[in-house]
Amino acid sequence: MQQQALIQTSAERTQRSRRLIRMIVQYAVNILLVLAFIFPLLFMASASLKTSNDVIFSDMESIRGLLPVGSLTLNNYVAVFQLSPFLRFLLNSIIVSSISVLLGVFFNSLAAFALSRLQWKGQKLVLTLIIATLIIPFETIVIPLLLLVNNLPNISMSGGLALTQGWFDTYQVQIIPFITSAFSIFLFYQFFKGIPIEMDEAALVDGASYFQIYRQVIMPNAGPVIATVAIFTFLGSWNSFLWPNMVIQSESVRPVMVGMNYFFQQNTQWGVVMAYATMVTLPVLAIFLAFQKAFVTSLAGSSVKG
Amino acid sequence: MSVITGATKQVQVIRPQQRKHLRGNLVTALILGGPAFLLLLVFLIGPFFMGVAFSFTDERLVSPVPAQFIGTKNYSQMLQVSILTLDPVVDPTTNQPRHDAHGNLLYPSVRTFTQNEQKYPQYFQLEQWFSVNLGNQRFVVLAHDPTFLHSIFNNIFFALVVVPVQSGLGLLLALLVNQKLKGRNFFRTIYFSPVVTSMVVISIVWTFLYDKNVGLVNHMLKTVSFGAIGPVNWLGSPSTAMWAIIIMSVWQGVGLQMILFLAGLQDIPEQLYEAASIDGANPVQQFANVTLPGLRNVMVFVFIAITIAAFQLFTQVFVMTQGGPNDATSTVVFNIVQRGFVAQNIGYASAMSVVFFLFILAISFVQRYATREKKGK
Repeated sequence: MQQQALIQTSAERTQRSRRLIRMIVQYAVNILLVLAFIFPLLFMASASLKTSNDVIFSDMESIRGLLPVGSLTLNNYVAVFQLSPFLRFLLNSIIVSSISVLLGVFFNSLAAFALSRLQWKGQKLVLTLIIATLIIPFETIVIPLLLLVNNLPNISMSGGLALTQGWFDTYQVQIIPFITSAFSIFLFYQFFKGIPIEMDEAALVDGASYFQIYRQVIMPNAGPVIATVAIFTFLGSWNSFLWPNMVIQSESVRPVMVGMNYFFQQNTQWGVVMAYATMVTLPVLAIFLAFQKAFVTSLAGSSVKG
Repeated sequence: MSVITGATKQVQVIRPQQRKHLRGNLVTALILGGPAFLLLLVFLIGPFFMGVAFSFTDERLVSPVPAQFIGTKNYSQMLQVSILTLDPVVDPTTNQPRHDAHGNLLYPSVRTFTQNEQKYPQYFQLEQWFSVNLGNQRFVVLAHDPTFLHSIFNNIFFALVVVPVQSGLGLLLALLVNQKLKGRNFFRTIYFSPVVTSMVVISIVWTFLYDKNVGLVNHMLKTVSFGAIGPVNWLGSPSTAMWAIIIMSVWQGVGLQMILFLAGLQDIPEQLYEAASIDGANPVQQFANVTLPGLRNVMVFVFIAITIAAFQLFTQVFVMTQGGPNDATSTVVFNIVQRGFVAQNIGYASAMSVVFFLFILAISFVQRYATREKKGK
């Protein structure tokens, strides 16, 4: 009897130690991976605080390259503001991204509402067409789009109202072509389908208009999908490069990522370039960390079901 | 309760008039959805067909003369190849083939064929794409636009490496962070963080890391290999530049695949694993027979998404290498931008875009077919 108990405990013990080893291995692998994934960002942030190229170069020969050690300075950050209109670029990006998010959420959800909650002739066709456009990558249309926006009429506000030609060097060229997103419409459509239609019917009986149903019944229940679309739109707009790099020459409307590339091409002081990079990266990382949970769940859900 | 039944009754009364209702709905739908539909038409569907039309013209971004219809000339310029067969140069006195200082056979210069319109009109103004030696003969493949053809193959190479590596690593990471482990949310967040970081920033940071003389990557390699691996000119040499971009791109994007696979893993019902272990399946068998089939849909999505993203490769190349050295990192989209925007040749770049689109279309079809649901099972 006693012997049996002993055998059992020793079996338990081997199992427990096996589990412990397993856990240690898992942590070791994870820690190595964490290093592999964050070392470029650590380098970026550390280098931005160092005093000169020489210090950065010699630090890179050891682990010091990834750590904010030695004599540190904020001079690089000051230099960014002196060498480029950084605040202007930042403001431009904030304007473009936030307007893109607002208009994108509004118009795409309205379109999805019309497609999912109303019955009308041609509804299926329009839906199919919109889904079909998902196959067209932006890179396919970027060149003809360039020609198109270059020929659109523009209302110029500098020095009195005037009608000019072409949308180059404006805010709207960074916003309006990207308001409608088939992907956003699709996300809204799927979500709206899940809201019981009886809620609309009840509201209709109460004399509500369709816009009121949209505003008071559908949207208040659509928090998660609004967050998803808002995050996608924001990231897409904030990080976009291909398009603004072509259509924006003027510093007055240049977004921060295009400014970043110019800055990189023109400056040889690594610390200053890394200070710029840190300042455009941290806000996005902070937003990501704040909404991390919602972000990851919505991302996973949307694409797998899609 | 009574309110709801009342409502359904009312709705039933409305139903006979549904035709009229539908017409009213059409107007409402167009008012509500109209702005979005219109913008999609003007800024996506319109340019798409404009691009197809431009590809048959010599349209330019800014030009005083109207564009001309030129048929398929853009396409033939872009894709035309011809093969030039060269025999070794023979010494007229000894009748023996001549050799250069290294003892290699000497061949006539390609330029003598491509710059002589009268004698060789078929080779006029073509450029060498690559050449192959077979026996004593040298076959030179000439093309009008070797950079574009290079770019197509660069994209294919990039995709062939990145698709399996990135989806494989993504799956491994997903399995790892799906384990019950304290702090796994932290690990997930870290692995995903490069995905939300701007590609411009990442490309700049890695350009420094890849630096030949002072870069961290070379220092690490030197330390790990105890000095055996000397400084590699990662972005400056044609044999390593694409690999440097591949490594960075996988590092940047793999977190996304991890999250997608993770969601797929969590959708697999726990009962399937329980049933499998009752049947005596070991972890490997469980993985092969429960996990992998359960991830099928995610896998199709991941494959297509990575392949298409691979063909969209642009920002890394633009910031880090500008397509060089020797076209080693030039990509289709980089070419589209160079021709359409920098050289303002809208017609030619549109033809490239059409070819690019056909590639994407073909990939989607092939992958959908290859991973189709097997019926009648």
